Amino acid sequence: MTGGNRNLWIGAVLTAIFAGAAVISFLWVPYDVTALDIANKIKSPSLAHPLGTDHFGRDILSMIMVGARTSIAVALVAVGIGMGIGVPLGLAAAAKKGSLLDELIMRGNDLVFAFPSLLIAIMITAVFGASALNAIIAIGVFNIPVFARLTRSGALSLWTRDYVMAARVSGKGAARISMEHILPNVLNLLIVQGTIQFSLGILAEAGLSYVGLGAQPPIPSWGRMLADSQTMISFAPHMALFPGLAILLTVLGLNLMGDGLRDLLDPKLRRARA
Amino acid sequence: MIFNSFKTGVVSALALAASMGMAQAKSDIVVAMQLEPPHLDPTSAAAGAIDSVLYSNVFEGLTRFASDGAVIPGLAESWDISEDGKTYTFHLRNGVKFHDGTAMDAEDVKFSLDRARAEDSANAQKALFKGIEAVEVVDPATVKVTLSAPNGSFLFNMAWGDAVIVAPESIENIKTKPVGTGAFQFSNWVQGDKIDLTKNADYWGTPAKLDKVTFKFISDPTAAFAAVMAQDVDAFAGFPAPENLPQFEADPRFQVLVGSTEGETILAMNNKQPPFDNVKVREAVAHAIDRQAIIDGAMFGYGTPIGTHFAPHNPDYEDLTGLSGYDPELSKKLLAEAGFADGFKTTLKLPPPSYARRGGEIIAAQLRAVGIETEISNLEWAQWLEQAFRGKDFGLTIVSHTEPFDIGIYARPDYYFQYDNPTFQKLMDDLNATTDPAQRSAMLKQAQEIIAKDYVNGYLFELAYPTVANAKIRGLWKDAPTQAADMTAVYWDQ
Repeated sequence: MTGGNRNLWIGAVLTAIFAGAAVISFLWVPYDVTALDIANKIKSPSLAHPLGTDHFGRDILSMIMVGARTSIAVALVAVGIGMGIGVPLGLAAAAKKGSLLDELIMRGNDLVFAFPSLLIAIMITAVFGASALNAIIAIGVFNIPVFARLTRSGALSLWTRDYVMAARVSGKGAARISMEHILPNVLNLLIVQGTIQFSLGILAEAGLSYVGLGAQPPIPSWGRMLADSQTMISFAPHMALFPGLAILLTVLGLNLMGDGLRDLLDPKLRRARA
Repeated sequence: MIFNSFKTGVVSALALAASMGMAQAKSDIVVAMQLEPPHLDPTSAAAGAIDSVLYSNVFEGLTRFASDGAVIPGLAESWDISEDGKTYTFHLRNGVKFHDGTAMDAEDVKFSLDRARAEDSANAQKALFKGIEAVEVVDPATVKVTLSAPNGSFLFNMAWGDAVIVAPESIENIKTKPVGTGAFQFSNWVQGDKIDLTKNADYWGTPAKLDKVTFKFISDPTAAFAAVMAQDVDAFAGFPAPENLPQFEADPRFQVLVGSTEGETILAMNNKQPPFDNVKVREAVAHAIDRQAIIDGAMFGYGTPIGTHFAPHNPDYEDLTGLSGYDPELSKKLLAEAGFADGFKTTLKLPPPSYARRGGEIIAAQLRAVGIETEISNLEWAQWLEQAFRGKDFGLTIVSHTEPFDIGIYARPDYYFQYDNPTFQKLMDDLNATTDPAQRSAMLKQAQEIIAKDYVNGYLFELAYPTVANAKIRGLWKDAPTQAADMTAVYWDQ
């Protein structure tokens, strides 16, 4: 097993654990996360509550499972927005390289890129109110230039290939070439980047929820669990430890998976190894 | 000459002795609190943070609150009340000087009261001065205040931070450079950080024991915990994280004072917004709430359950918690009777303090159990004041009313929860005109019952007032009969 493959497997397993927890939470959770049980607040891990309970007596394992759902949903949709808008923009910019359209798209991307993303996310949620939906939009907007740039740079090198030339000679339009010949060949880049952006999305959601701008109570969220535990960390460290670990392991898993996928999919690296 | 040098000698010997005796005692203190005042004029804003810094320390009124909430003489040494209860003649203390050196006399009192009750007055509690018909200067040390009707709480009203005596000479810059008569004078304000007060050497009464008081503003509960633990601050008045108090109690470096406040913490309902205009719905909400769970869950056990808008330590308090006991089944039945068998959806707007944010999550869960869905929005204070308090755009909200003796707000139909009951309004008018203590007590009990039986708001608990301080500090107020951090009697034990 190569190094890349090992990373891929570790990453895939970690990701699968949390994705699995999120899926299972739709069907079953140990305890209801919207029902409070004040009498059992701040209990250390035990058989009844494997990860302990929080300051309202909610089961932390259940909270993390449902929180995984929030994190994954927000990050997934945000990456979807970034890809859905960014990739066509990048393809169009590459197809019309040097044109006014290219300039407009790329300078627009630079503009979005230039702003610190968390700051804009705070601005969006401040204007439109704090909710999971606005967090998705805020994170999604910042994924657009990432995918647009990546697609454009990948596509530019493809446009000089002979098979693209052949397609042009045979009379195919730029849009059709982009879809049929360029996109399938940049897809591996996009999958790798998508995995990385997905992990950044989870981190961003946790950050926004931590400052109170993400998913609103009673929807559990890893970031808010951390924020809630803050003043209690000195006597109830389990309240901070487990959601913190959940964020760490998910982001680590996705990053390892992204690295592994790149090693696997990138033809240049594959050749170098051979 | 010999006599003179002898005198100097004695004085310097005394000074030396004093300085040696005091050598180890610290003479300055850093007191932290959560909220910073927006400006420094207690007579033109509702913000309690202004009084927290300045009440009694810098500004004084004709009367004042003692640490137990009793009304005692302030700048007025004594007073005579006429037979009909309409004329108060205040005898001012002699030799009282403002911090700028000007004398405090009857003219200043007249100026302060007239300014507060004027048409265009910016005073946040104009109702305190409503009954004043005329203020006359009899001589520099005597002021006669004539009321349009007898007012049993007039002396109490004059003790509020909104009724302090200010001087016309210094009124222009009062918001940045407050000049009062207190035992401390204002020295410096670093906005966003701290306010420094220094000892007033010319104080008319018992001088302050400390030379310097620094008020530091730390809004974040985690930072508050760290600052106290690291002893960056000597005391924290109104410590914001009740969950940390047991740790301080167990630590010999600190003392924890948990006092009572005038803070009735309520789940306010918008009485004019459907469905809360229906008393059955309000009653259903009241029965859906488990107070003890909120006190335990949000305040970690600190707080006293209340059943009406009145402080439990007040002798006229009546325990009406039984009227709104926790009974979800009854709550569901009442909702069904009101036509909301399937429940309804409303908004729950929460200001920043943890009693509201945490209490809100608990209340949302309790209401969900009877079918009422709430959409929680967490607001900053400015947003809350704009949307909920002034804009009246809310279904439910949680807030603590920290003003003393404020049941009168229920007689104001334009107040944010919009309770409009002529019977109650008349009762309040009658109360204000009554001076007989027994009668007043009966009326106050009646008032408490009216609002409790009308389920105007969900009455949750009386806020506890935790102060965490260095174990060597003496003379701090334990209770909070008004918003104040009175430092005039505070000193360091050896």
